[in-house]
Amino acid sequence: MRVTFEDVGVRIGERCLFRGVNLEVPSGSVLGLLGPNGCGKSTLLRTLYRRHKPTSGAVRLDGIDVRALAGRELARRVAVMAQETSHDFPVTVHGMVMLGRVPYQRGFGADSDVDRGLVDTALREVGALKLAGRQFAGLSGGEKQRVLLARTLAQQTPVLILDEPTNHLDISFQLELMALATGRGLTVLAALHDMNIAAEFCDHLALLQGGGIAAVGPPGDVLGEDTIQAAFGVRARTLAHPLTQRPLIALARPAPDAAAMAHQPARPNEP
Amino acid sequence: MAALLLLPGLGAVLLVSAATGPLATTVHESWLIMIGHLLPGMGWMGDGTITVAQDQAVWNFRLPRALLAGIAGASLALAGALLQSNVRNPLAEPYILGISAGAGVGAVLAIVAGSTAVAGLGLNAAAFAGATVATVLVYLLARQGGAIAPSRLILAGVALGSLLAAITNFLTISTEAQNVYSVLFFLLGSVSAASYPQLVLPALSLAAVVLYSMLRSRALNAMLAGDETASALGVNVPAMRRNLLLATALLTATTVAVCGGIGFVGLVVPHATRLLVGADHRATLPLTVLGGAFFLMVADLLARTIAQPAEIPLGILTAAVGAPFFLWLMRTRGATAAGVDQ
Repeated sequence: MRVTFEDVGVRIGERCLFRGVNLEVPSGSVLGLLGPNGCGKSTLLRTLYRRHKPTSGAVRLDGIDVRALAGRELARRVAVMAQETSHDFPVTVHGMVMLGRVPYQRGFGADSDVDRGLVDTALREVGALKLAGRQFAGLSGGEKQRVLLARTLAQQTPVLILDEPTNHLDISFQLELMALATGRGLTVLAALHDMNIAAEFCDHLALLQGGGIAAVGPPGDVLGEDTIQAAFGVRARTLAHPLTQRPLIALARPAPDAAAMAHQPARPNEP
Repeated sequence: MAALLLLPGLGAVLLVSAATGPLATTVHESWLIMIGHLLPGMGWMGDGTITVAQDQAVWNFRLPRALLAGIAGASLALAGALLQSNVRNPLAEPYILGISAGAGVGAVLAIVAGSTAVAGLGLNAAAFAGATVATVLVYLLARQGGAIAPSRLILAGVALGSLLAAITNFLTISTEAQNVYSVLFFLLGSVSAASYPQLVLPALSLAAVVLYSMLRSRALNAMLAGDETASALGVNVPAMRRNLLLATALLTATTVAVCGGIGFVGLVVPHATRLLVGADHRATLPLTVLGGAFFLMVADLLARTIAQPAEIPLGILTAAVGAPFFLWLMRTRGATAAGVDQ
């Protein structure tokens, strides 16, 4: 399913977070969204699943404005692995993944065999089937992320949104999770911090910075040394990965005279 | 499933409640009286097996009272469960919204002004009006950009409740001494002097909210995982939150207007239910409703028997019985596994 951002802008109160965002995510491709903290990556993604209303422009799924879809219809097309999860109530792992079936279920009653089968399959795919009976609140950070990914898989959507999915994860599971999420032929939009993860798993990258899209294209084009310097204020070299030939970003600590510079806000690139 | 086990229990408590009182009746006689009223053509109703006084006591005094206790318990427990899911805080309870404090002001005004002379109808109506005013106020105060913010809802409810309680206390302390007992009796909660007409409004609102919340139980489950997740699962969170608040307010206002301030049920019953069956609303809602009814019917039975002929206000009893039970439950192993300690 094709995702299109058309001239999308979001204003929160008097502050303009970004505007004029145009992005085209072809069906089945993986888009990585990069940018400094607070640039609006999460908010831009939220306009797609309607958690946030764009001040201007429209977000479309195969040409249909998401605001024209009923909540359940949208939830059958777009699944979200969000940053926050609540822990205050005793929900089991199975129950947490079963929430992915909510957009398909009606009324009051037991879950169908189909629903239970999809939940088991999703848990097996992320390697968490043995956790099914455990309390979600008692899991480790990595186990929780596995379960949340399983919930999005159980939701059976063509589009998957990942909002900083690899936070707090050890390196092997960061790679495993990204491989699981991007290797299924889904249209994936992921807000990421780690440029090397982004370069490894994404077909296209978009750099959101200074109130708009500062760069967009294949990883090699976006992760240029000057672009990284301008967006994040850090020195970098872009190499070819010896194993995969994909771009590899080598970061260096700030030079002594540039240490003060790094704390100043990054300057937006001219589009 | 666990909820089904409570149904025979409810029936048993109802029978025992109907058979218990100053005028001697056996459980069998109370059973005969109930059946005789429900089904036509039962011979024992006219042949002297049952005296008129027994019939009066069971059918017109004890039964409506036991039913009111059941409806009130179910309503308060359900209101607590929905509010806890709504603000995603297991410590919330219906009285935190200030609605019962509003009912208190209305009731005390009625008592102080002396309009309660006949049948207590004026008092109930005044309490309901007070609860409605408090609901509207807390709703308006908790709105933020068109949506209800959970933390604002709790803060607004607590502040409004304190303000209204201050008004109640001022009215109580400045009225004639003979009124103070009536005021306290209302504020501490009671289902005595219940009559069938009083049951209608609480029963209707309970039925409506049970139906609504059962149909929305999956959306309620999604709300527990967070607003962000619930939205992504297709739940209209602002609308859901508003509807749940109205449902909670309706249950609380109709109950408090008739029964006064019966505390603790709305907090403890949903908690105990979650400890037993987890957080899935499809399991918790039926058990909460029936468990609340059972709890308050038993409490009322105790309230009018253990200190005979005096009667203990129901609010005192629910706390005195409920608190030790809950503390025990909280410290069991199952509670730890269900995440109480996190």
